[in-house]
Amino acid sequence: MAKNSKDLEVHSTEEHEYETGLAVITADKAGDPGIEPHRVRMTDKSPKHEKAAVRQVAALFLVSIVGSVFSIWAYYAFPFDEANAGSLRLNTLFLGLGITLGLFGIGIGAVHWAKTLMPDAEVSEERHQTRGSEEVRARAIEIIQLADQESGFSRRKLIRRTLYGALALFPIPAIVLFTDLGPNPKDSLRHTMWGEGKKRLARDPDGTPIKAADVQIGSVFHVIPEGLEKLEAPHMLNEKAKAAVLLVRLDPSEIKTQKQRDWGYEGIVAYSKICTHVGCPVALYEQHTHHLLCPCHQSTFDLANDCAVVFGPASRPLPQLKIEVDAEGYLVAPGDFEEPVGPSFWERKA
Amino acid sequence: MAKTKKFSRRSPFAAALVVLAGLLISGGGYAVATAAVTETTTATADQATIDQGKKLFLANCASCHGKNAEGTANAPTLIGVGAAAVDFQVGSGRMPMQASGPQAEVKPVQFKQEDIDAMAAYVASLAPGPEVPTEAYLSQKGDLTHGGELFRINCAMCHNAVGAGGALTQGKYAPSLRNTSAKHIYEAMVTGPQNMPVFSNTNLSVEDKTDIITYIQYVQDNPSVGGEELGNLGPVVEGLFVWIGMLGGIVLITIWLGAKSN
Repeated sequence: MAKNSKDLEVHSTEEHEYETGLAVITADKAGDPGIEPHRVRMTDKSPKHEKAAVRQVAALFLVSIVGSVFSIWAYYAFPFDEANAGSLRLNTLFLGLGITLGLFGIGIGAVHWAKTLMPDAEVSEERHQTRGSEEVRARAIEIIQLADQESGFSRRKLIRRTLYGALALFPIPAIVLFTDLGPNPKDSLRHTMWGEGKKRLARDPDGTPIKAADVQIGSVFHVIPEGLEKLEAPHMLNEKAKAAVLLVRLDPSEIKTQKQRDWGYEGIVAYSKICTHVGCPVALYEQHTHHLLCPCHQSTFDLANDCAVVFGPASRPLPQLKIEVDAEGYLVAPGDFEEPVGPSFWERKA
Repeated sequence: MAKTKKFSRRSPFAAALVVLAGLLISGGGYAVATAAVTETTTATADQATIDQGKKLFLANCASCHGKNAEGTANAPTLIGVGAAAVDFQVGSGRMPMQASGPQAEVKPVQFKQEDIDAMAAYVASLAPGPEVPTEAYLSQKGDLTHGGELFRINCAMCHNAVGAGGALTQGKYAPSLRNTSAKHIYEAMVTGPQNMPVFSNTNLSVEDKTDIITYIQYVQDNPSVGGEELGNLGPVVEGLFVWIGMLGGIVLITIWLGAKSN
């Protein structure tokens, strides 16, 4: 091996020589096998086999005809009944089966026809060189030079430069138009509905407020800000995607950080449900380990340790929502999250 | 008005009548009061059943859960878990646990229902806790649509949108609900077995639970609209089927296309 790699062999072809550098090139032992000898098909030798092949091709086309007719029949025989969702299954199954047979029969039949009955003589086509002949190349250069002379492209500098300028500016209006593709998010990524004032924590999806006494140790509530359920559909979903919160009650002695304890209420803590990795809802809560698992990429957060990341691709803990209890015993959030929820974005600092 | 003369306060029957009325009122009131009490604690088991349950507990559970169900280093305390937890854990075959591991596996049920009931009665007698639901809670006449929405919000992240189950951390998993009975679903919600959170009645009301059970039972009983379910495990299994099954078929067709005819 060492010897081989030191010798920089020089390979030569008919036209030119080239160095192989460090590549080890072994002699082509197999060589060009050429075209293998022609083998006469059964269909060419015996008329009986030829007839059989004709019948097979015709049968495949018949299968296609049957499939197409069947799909039309099935469409009416198994209608989709809106009251019975299961009827859709038969409808699509038989319709699809018929159309499949319709197409498959034509395709397989055509290929079978070509392989068994059409002429099968082997033909080799020589590849021609990519490079044009000297005359063609000289003629092409001549044409370009003539065009340059006649148009004066090289000679008339003013025209040439203004054309360059025009071409450079031409795409810019399109770029300006692109700015209309969507509303500028402005600072909407930094704020959620919780920031609109003191709001009660409410159950998702009904919007009923939650009392502190309702939340037992080991239970988990899926929370939206009160009033979110009354918003209109697209706006509501946008707000929910940012403001969704998970509410859990821990034994206060299990909580590891003072900040988490202070921002909660007697062990009840609320955290953003939006993963800091790419924004999936993190909601797989394990009661005893206090692990919170994101189903998309397995980021795992430790709820007893201020939702610190213990596994997975997320890089930041889930933001905690500060909660209090109002005069009637309901849980309320006095304000917004202190940092943007969800995944990182361009302008977000760390 | 003349009749009043017959039954005046001076009548010798008056005293007897007053006593009778007094007895009726106090007795009736007592009966109503005790009826109200039995309703809140539903069928407090008799002492014989509890004793029987304690015997079974000592023979089958105490080695891990402690002689007084106080818990040991190997198993949690059962004081306050309620009859529902016993009925769920033993009734689904999870307990007695066969081997320690990330979580208790389902296996064939080890006890007769009456023995399970006896153990449940014993554990329930230690401290109040969630009770085994009555038939009324398990009716499948809830609101299917609302149940589906609640299921997707509260359960689907672990148990999958149609209850096929899914993986959790470090070997734990949320089991499939495709064959789970309404009673066990209800008991799991109120007790939060293993690492499942508790969904008490202050979180999901009894009606909400009935709606969720209605949804799960609907999914169990009705075939998937989309055709073959492939375990309902979603894009991974479907992708595997397409890549290996379908692509394999395409490769075979391609080989046939390129092969020379005989």
